Amino acid sequence: MILDMRSFWRTLDRGSLRDISLVCLADAIVGASFGAITVSGGLSPWVPIAMSVLVFAGGAQFAAAGVVLAGGSPAAAAVAGLVLNARLLPYGFTVADTVGGRWWTRLLGAQLITDETVAFTLRQHEPQRRRATFWTCGLALFGCWNVAVVLGVLAGAVLRDTGSLGLDAAFPTVLLALVLPSLADRSTRNAALAGAVIAVAATPFLPAGLPVLLALAGLVLARRPAATVADTNPALEARRCP
Amino acid sequence: MPLIAIAVLAAGTYAFRLAGPVFRHRIHIPDRVQRLLATATAVLLTALVATAALTQGHGFAGWARPVGVLVGGVLALRRVPFPVVIIAAAATTAVLRLSGIP
Repeated sequence: MILDMRSFWRTLDRGSLRDISLVCLADAIVGASFGAITVSGGLSPWVPIAMSVLVFAGGAQFAAAGVVLAGGSPAAAAVAGLVLNARLLPYGFTVADTVGGRWWTRLLGAQLITDETVAFTLRQHEPQRRRATFWTCGLALFGCWNVAVVLGVLAGAVLRDTGSLGLDAAFPTVLLALVLPSLADRSTRNAALAGAVIAVAATPFLPAGLPVLLALAGLVLARRPAATVADTNPALEARRCP
Repeated sequence: MPLIAIAVLAAGTYAFRLAGPVFRHRIHIPDRVQRLLATATAVLLTALVATAALTQGHGFAGWARPVGVLVGGVLALRRVPFPVVIIAAAATTAVLRLSGIP
């Protein structure tokens, strides 16, 4: 694609390829549960598939679909997803030089920016290795994620009762695993716990989707600035040791 | 979920992603804003974990799901590989339901 594919493989060491494969496997499980849960919850099969190709951000997809499945408005679903995806903005600046200078590599590369890809890219220091890592990880994840979602959709159409398989526990667990490392920072933890209490307390009274947005009020407790984005970003930390 | 909501979410997300590669030499995001975005992500994710684990509709989801999520969280803290964490959480919830706990 951008460079000759063989030089790509030579540039990436075996350890990186193994780590990338492990994350692809993990994301495939998450993607399959996304497809199965959304379809068995009552959404049309094209919804999770379109979201996975166009949005390509697991947390936001689960959040938006979760709001709609709980009976919330589509607007609240889109806002919840967008607030979650605002973190991709600084990521874009971080990997801007790696994505490349030609307009079409920027257009294509931008869609591949995810927590995982940025985390793997930042582990490399040499520009050529960074490029190889970014494109390999980005394209592999995009492929695995979307194939897994389609398989999940097919499975979800057969399994009417995903509850008996405990699949509804998969989504919060994925998010918990992503956010745990960032909660080591006390200021972030205080804000996050306050937000969680607010959201759960508001759930009986507010339309679905709003309680989670209300949790952002917990941000007032995060007065002391945390160290750096890379240190505090949940997903970057979580995926560093997949 | 209507197409328009997916389109808005997809377009906004792509704009967040594309801004860096396009404006890298013209805009600098202040550190304070970057930190705020990182903290907001953590707050939102934690609130999603809490509501998705504990609630269903406007009420309590039952014990099986939060206990499964808790098992997954403990395993994640112990740095167990990610796929195992997810499967363990789902399996715990499934076993609890099988034994009659909703």
